[in-house]
Amino acid sequence: MRVNFTVNGRRHEADDVWEGESLLYVLRERMGLPGSKNACEQGECGSCTVRLDGVPVCSCLVAAGQVEGREVVTVEGLADFAAHRSEQHPGSGCASGACGTALDRARRWEAGPAGEERRDTGELSPIQQAFIDAGAVQCGFCTPGLLVAADELLERNPEPSDADIREALSGNLCRCTGYEKILDAVRLAAARAEETV
Amino acid sequence: MGVTGNPTSINQGTRTKGGIGESTLRPDGILKVTGEFAYSSDMWHEDMLWGHTLRSTVAHAEIVSIDTSEALATSGVYAVLTYDDLPSTVKNYGLEIQDTPVLAHGKVRHHGEPVALVAADHPETARRAAAKIRIDYRELPVITDEASATAPDAILVHEGRDDHHAGHVPHPNIVHRQPIVRGDADAAAARADVVVSGEYVFGMQDQAFLGPESGLAVPAEDGGVDLYVATQWLHSDLRQIAPVLGLPEDKVRMTLSGVGGAFGGREDLSMQIHACLLALRTGKPVKIVYNRFESFFGHVHRHPAKLWYEHGATRDGKLTHMKCRIVLDGGAYASASPAVVGNASSLSVGPYVIDDVDIEAVALYTNNPPCGAMRGFGAVQACFAYEAQMDRLAAELGMDPVEFRQLNAMEQGTLLPTGQVVDSPAPVAELLRRVKARPLPPERQWEVAGEQADVRALPGGLSNTTHGEGVVRGIGYAVGLKNVGFSEGFDDYSTARVRMEVIAGEPVATVHTAMAEVGQGGVTVHAQIARTELGVAQVTIHPADTRVGSAGSTSASRQTYVTGGAVKHSCEAVREKVLEMGRRKFGTYHPAWATAELLLEGGKVVTDGGEVLADLVDVLEDEAVDIELEWRHRPTEAFDLRTGQGNGHVQYSFAAHRAVVEVDTELGLVKVIELACAQDVGKALNPLSVVGQIQGGTIQGMGIAVMEEIVVDPRTAKVRNPSFTDYLLPTILDTPTIPVDVLELADEHAPYGLRGVGEAPTLSSTPAVLAAIRNATGLELNRTPVRPEHLTGT
Repeated sequence: MRVNFTVNGRRHEADDVWEGESLLYVLRERMGLPGSKNACEQGECGSCTVRLDGVPVCSCLVAAGQVEGREVVTVEGLADFAAHRSEQHPGSGCASGACGTALDRARRWEAGPAGEERRDTGELSPIQQAFIDAGAVQCGFCTPGLLVAADELLERNPEPSDADIREALSGNLCRCTGYEKILDAVRLAAARAEETV
Repeated sequence: MGVTGNPTSINQGTRTKGGIGESTLRPDGILKVTGEFAYSSDMWHEDMLWGHTLRSTVAHAEIVSIDTSEALATSGVYAVLTYDDLPSTVKNYGLEIQDTPVLAHGKVRHHGEPVALVAADHPETARRAAAKIRIDYRELPVITDEASATAPDAILVHEGRDDHHAGHVPHPNIVHRQPIVRGDADAAAARADVVVSGEYVFGMQDQAFLGPESGLAVPAEDGGVDLYVATQWLHSDLRQIAPVLGLPEDKVRMTLSGVGGAFGGREDLSMQIHACLLALRTGKPVKIVYNRFESFFGHVHRHPAKLWYEHGATRDGKLTHMKCRIVLDGGAYASASPAVVGNASSLSVGPYVIDDVDIEAVALYTNNPPCGAMRGFGAVQACFAYEAQMDRLAAELGMDPVEFRQLNAMEQGTLLPTGQVVDSPAPVAELLRRVKARPLPPERQWEVAGEQADVRALPGGLSNTTHGEGVVRGIGYAVGLKNVGFSEGFDDYSTARVRMEVIAGEPVATVHTAMAEVGQGGVTVHAQIARTELGVAQVTIHPADTRVGSAGSTSASRQTYVTGGAVKHSCEAVREKVLEMGRRKFGTYHPAWATAELLLEGGKVVTDGGEVLADLVDVLEDEAVDIELEWRHRPTEAFDLRTGQGNGHVQYSFAAHRAVVEVDTELGLVKVIELACAQDVGKALNPLSVVGQIQGGTIQGMGIAVMEEIVVDPRTAKVRNPSFTDYLLPTILDTPTIPVDVLELADEHAPYGLRGVGEAPTLSSTPAVLAAIRNATGLELNRTPVRPEHLTGT
């Protein structure tokens, strides 16, 4: 079958799609977008998380045909997506009322000098930059899914408490970090957003 | 069109110095957060086929017949291979013992053993074709434990063994046995006022790296093959792959693709040979990607173990003796079992001074899933048992468990049971002091403003099973001892090629090694070392491949030590060459060229007093200095097969944990609140990465304490839970805060004084959590992982 949908703001078309193929497979193997990852392909690990019409989903559990005519955002489009959002809604505040991570706490991360370049040029979204700066990336296989999920968390809750972060990211497995630096990264991104308001 | 996703060089530029000791950021970080980093499962090639592996559905059986005709006739299928299609006289491979068939021949020895391969134009076509292969099995009784393995009429898992351990083992179903005897444990036992003995059980843990086994094999015009894979040791793979393909090693060219974690599970081969066989047979590129179900069958696991320990102590709290017997289940193939036995036996005493010991460790051949390397490698199982013993002894003596450990803690100069002297700092007592001195998390930490309970901070979490009723807190401590590097006389070298030249008016260093970057941050550290040694800002890390000499394995906490050491060594040689060039060109202009200690700093040649003698750009001009050298740490010795004596280890690594848990005693649910760690790392080359390693290792230790276990049916030897639905990994909601205290006591034998970091935190984390649960519940708990029924007795 033929499937048409929008990925990261661009129309894509895939031909000869077998009906059993997942959105993840079509993204990775037919559209040249392997950023979404295939750690379990059974909806348990979150490494394939994408936004489908704005909602975070495990793309391995979505049949490609279900996406016909819809909008997908993957990690490859996250920076543009975040930049666009920032233009549309500058300085959006805390939406949930559960804002709780203190700025000084978020600043406990240590970071070195490298990796700053893209922050200046705006090629990375704030959450991507925070993952690098906080040391939240090791093997990196969980990273794309976590970034999409964490970005969505901060979109609806710009000042999440630690418990909010843990709840929002509980569908994303990471085997390398023990999650501490992932928490640091989300706190950091939230704190930097607060700083710029 | 070539391979897409082929790794490109990582060019780490920095405006600042970025040398060792700084938390410079990962050079692959940007690629990893943008989704551009090419993992082995991301490889793509025009016209590529998909490979699929058909695996045995039974654990132990004779193969009566295999019929592939229907599979071969399937539209879209290009090849179906079985044992009969193997091209070489070499049909087996293995890390140490070549006992593992590339494809099963006549017999399968464990559930999930590869039997046949299919290549097709779509992965689903390959899967469906594989399902059409008919295999007629005649099932055999399964060997699942020591009793069935060594019974008088036991079927031999491997008949006609002729490996180098076959001659000294008490039974052919024992892979390797290592006794260690020192002093006189029986005589010392007579001095003991208190004797404690126990039997402990350690479950089978999975590495559960997230990036599945995968890769791409591309047939080449010269009859060879180019292979892009995720592994921990390219050259070890190559040594095993080439013979079964019937190719010389130079016709199998391997390049490391992005590796999505490893933790020991990529030491053994998985899809490497299979993809090459299909590519060479079809003449087309072949990609194989395991799904998670297959991944559970596609790699070895951590050895489950049964451990018997006896310790004695005098009334004043000094350990008198230790006896132990450790039985590791190696499963159907040897993998790393012999080395795991060496570690389990030689580290079975833990970080304590005990002069009189009687130790035995064995690994079995069974029909259970093969077990091999996983972070902590034999030392993890022992630590779980000896730390439980320490708590029981302290309780018998009425002593504080930390003070009791400190009273018996090893220190620099202590003699190990192997007769080896610990000749670098061993701050065991200090590490314990540090975790104990840390303030405790507040009581009833789940209460938020207004005394409402936040269920996310309670046992049971979002299941909303308690608001604090029936919840009891417990605190536990543990400390461990891990070796660093490959032991027992192994030639554990690494190789680094370093090139220095002027590019675009700037001095640039290129570091080329075959080190497998599996996430640990070796590439970050190599660039830091090159900056420190060569004084350049720009360092390019060349992709890891087999065009440079072996780096050894990314295992055993060894890569920063050994390949870091090799990079340092080659940089030093490059520096000497550059200084020689400088002397030749500019020596007559300044006497310091001949007399002073010269350094390379900030792109210049400077004296140790800081005076600039020349710009590296002027010294090098259009010449490049390019040097490849091997580097070795101190040699080690084999352990004596009867006494276990020998200077078998390179270096030791120590970590201590304090666990704080809260247990819902009614439902048997555990919430780990905090896991504080203190570890001596010698020298933190990259503090951010070091803390990341310690936190990650800590949580893998917590996983096997309270949730992770591969469950194997004892009647059928079949795996019951090969999925992330049924094999539970810690999520961010399950994990505690992990404060880390890093000590840097230099080991004078190691580069920069560093100490391997990755594994030690995995050891002590598990027993600390168990101790805390015992403390909360008063239960004995001699098995890990702890399940709810162990706590509720239901």
